[in-house]
Amino acid sequence: MQVSVYRYNPEENTESRMQDFNLEIPRGKDLMVLDVLELLKEQDASVTYRRSCREGVCGSDGVNMNGRNGLACITPLSDVVKGDSLVLRPLPGLPVIRDLVVDMGQFYKQYEKIKPYLINDEPPPSQERLQSPEERSKLDGLYECILCACCTTGCPSFWWNPDKFVGPAGLLQAYRFLADSRDTATEERLAALEDPFSVFRCRGIMNCVSVCPKGLNPTRAIGHIRNMLVKRVI
Amino acid sequence: MTIRMTRPGRSGILDWLIQRVTAVIVAAFIVAMLVWLLSTGDVTYAAWKGLFATAWMQSFTLLALLATCVHAWIGMWTVGTDYIQTGNLGKYAETLLFLYQLGCALVLIFYLLWGINILWGN
Repeated sequence: MQVSVYRYNPEENTESRMQDFNLEIPRGKDLMVLDVLELLKEQDASVTYRRSCREGVCGSDGVNMNGRNGLACITPLSDVVKGDSLVLRPLPGLPVIRDLVVDMGQFYKQYEKIKPYLINDEPPPSQERLQSPEERSKLDGLYECILCACCTTGCPSFWWNPDKFVGPAGLLQAYRFLADSRDTATEERLAALEDPFSVFRCRGIMNCVSVCPKGLNPTRAIGHIRNMLVKRVI
Repeated sequence: MTIRMTRPGRSGILDWLIQRVTAVIVAAFIVAMLVWLLSTGDVTYAAWKGLFATAWMQSFTLLALLATCVHAWIGMWTVGTDYIQTGNLGKYAETLLFLYQLGCALVLIFYLLWGINILWGN
């Protein structure tokens, strides 16, 4: 199989380029893309990428595989390879540090903006803040996000306004706290999102939904936020 | 609205709501026109002129014209702030965005005035 990898090394002072490798893929096995990266590293130890848990939990190895964002460790070759060739690029829309490693700073900045923690100014109860099973179920499909950035870096609105548009991952988390019965900062959170960029740059392109490795639906969460914002003024 | 047009500071909710309301008005106008065209067997100049001579049709057309202009203004502003960026156009982006918005505003004002002239002019 021919694997084409995006290469960039800031220390070499050269422009980025695509490097082709020929790999022997063992027959009868559907390797994960991360396995392919490991095989590449045996050929060329300088190929750089992030990885950690290798089971889709840590969110480190988000890459662009044949034009589609995803986690290399849980993406089988049969899902992405077309015509015996695989093109691996870093996640789009973020500055490249080296090869497939991107600078996630802008992504985290947007995440910080939505205050991703429980805010409750009422006196804490003696044990814990309880939720009914119904209240808890509202967080399903929201809390599972692992912040791999596959959705946000697949979103054209984020490519154009990475400093102003929160992006699907950040907005999914924003709704996770807006929907939490224990959080009392709903008004403050909504006020911070009412400008024309933070939420309203979402055009419902839904790349985020199609690439999320955890099967989450940021577009739906953004729709809920929009409804809350509209109800606030009507 | 125009002064703050390049900065996030105007209300996203208001823009979003205006876009929806104006879209409904324009859609209703298009449907009304289609119904009239289909139900009027022979669309002569006299029939056309008669339709636009009525006060309700003049008001509805003016409303649709205003809705189109406001809808287009918000839409073009959104498109402009997506594509005209310092990231791809460098230091001239701000000036280009201003010129682009000025161009849009002039076209829309001209369109509106022309429409009013057609409705109430001689």
